[in-house]
Amino acid sequence: MGELLKLTVAEAAAKVAAGEVSGDEYFEAWREAAAGDELNAYLWRAEDGAGGAEGPLAGVPVAVKDIFCTEGVPTTAGSRILEGYAPPYTSTAVRRLTEAGARVLGKTNMDEFAMGSSNENSAYGPVLNPWDRERVPGGSSGGSAAAVAGGLAPCAIGTDTGGSIRQPAALCGIVGLKPTYGAISRYGMIAFASSLDQCGPLTRDVTDAALLLGALQGRDPCDSTSVGLEGGVEAPSREDLKGLRFAVPSELARDEIDAGVRAVFEATLARIEDLGGEIAEAPLPHAEHGISAYYVIAPAEASSNLARYDGVRYGMRKEGARDLIEMYESTRAEGFGAEVKRRIMLGTYALSSGYYDAYYGRAQRVRTKIAADFTATFADFDFVVTPTSPSVAFGLGEKTDDPLAMYLNDFFTVPMSLAGIPAISIPAGLAEPEGGGPQLPVGFQIAAPAFAEQPLLEAAYALERAIGFEGRPEGAGGG
Amino acid sequence: MAGELSGILDHVDRIAALDLEGVPPTSHVVELENVLRADKPRPSWPKDVVLEQAPDPDEGAFRVPSPQAEA
Repeated sequence: MGELLKLTVAEAAAKVAAGEVSGDEYFEAWREAAAGDELNAYLWRAEDGAGGAEGPLAGVPVAVKDIFCTEGVPTTAGSRILEGYAPPYTSTAVRRLTEAGARVLGKTNMDEFAMGSSNENSAYGPVLNPWDRERVPGGSSGGSAAAVAGGLAPCAIGTDTGGSIRQPAALCGIVGLKPTYGAISRYGMIAFASSLDQCGPLTRDVTDAALLLGALQGRDPCDSTSVGLEGGVEAPSREDLKGLRFAVPSELARDEIDAGVRAVFEATLARIEDLGGEIAEAPLPHAEHGISAYYVIAPAEASSNLARYDGVRYGMRKEGARDLIEMYESTRAEGFGAEVKRRIMLGTYALSSGYYDAYYGRAQRVRTKIAADFTATFADFDFVVTPTSPSVAFGLGEKTDDPLAMYLNDFFTVPMSLAGIPAISIPAGLAEPEGGGPQLPVGFQIAAPAFAEQPLLEAAYALERAIGFEGRPEGAGGG
Repeated sequence: MAGELSGILDHVDRIAALDLEGVPPTSHVVELENVLRADKPRPSWPKDVVLEQAPDPDEGAFRVPSPQAEA
């Protein structure tokens, strides 16, 4: 049984296809592993592996972030306000995975409505980082990342609005891919900021990320912004980076990055050059304003999206109200956590008459400038690279009293989200946290032009092989 | 919370200094053209399935407290 858990998803799927292992056996092995969750990674776990269609992912268990609606299965988005909600339908992303043969292993913990960078905003308690249980796994897809890194799932899906796949993948030492906006349908994915939200895989390696992306992507009549990836996705096989140009933002030199993270980043640049890739600096002058623009645009959209939670049609209702308005108010006061309330207030403020132009209007123009910076860079370069996060995993409770410090974790991931372009985080090495302690994973982010997922996966694959990252947290199940 | 919100808005205010004259706003990153589909009715979910999730369903409807408090 233990041997099965060591396989990557692609390896296991090949064995299932060859008839060496049954899909049921593979799923059951992982169901047992998931039952040993001590990280609070899961909010719900499958009791059996019923279903199981034929297909490229036959028998593959997938941990699904609790933001994806799954018919008849509790779906909370990490919020009290959806406690007990069992949707009458399944999101397109999950449906496409199950149609390819995959089965839902469990629903993973997350920051409430995907608002957070540490998973500490979940109404159901924080997820612990499998590398050090005193530290955060990152967020908002923290449960998905911890499940894969901690040997509780072979692969997972999450959502990324400003870094919520890439940052937890980096902090947990696994691969996380945010595809181009529009690559995967958002139907049935509980909305946070609709112009930014995108589904993507969290996996042990780049090959598995490609495998999942291939199943997930595609146009969906239920999401008018979904366009899919033309030509699909193939397993990456590139072994060198000859002829490819990688841009390092020239502003990076003065950005606040932990010394250990910077050292791993620079060592990774050297590996790119060893593989024949070319590295040069390129200006991305507006990227530093990404956080400012993002924390206007995302809360503005959220304040509108979250208006639907009113205690009338589904989810919780606070009983005992004297009239309808009081029912709305008491339901939302009790149902939403502090960070969600903070963002609803920021968003409504930014959209209010008199402040709209100064905040929302300006933020949308900054978004245009950030996207234009990337377009200009991609005229001369194939990719832009940065550290995924300015630090390794930080301690539980370390940043909960300072929302702005928490937001700045997303400094390197937000610009790609605003531009709608794909970006992947791969584990690049280990570094000691500032202040000392055992070494923790560091993520390396590669961003590509819109819909250039295949070249992005090819480059990440070649680099992954050269890095040879084999770090696993102590005591984690799996391989 | 007021202090936290002010701190966040102070950070956001950095974009006030940028010259954005003539820059068009971006509301969406994918260039899409509006298309029309055939106006054909499709089945929707059965009423009982939808009402199953409601906190207080009643006679095929969502029951809510009165909009006006009783005096």
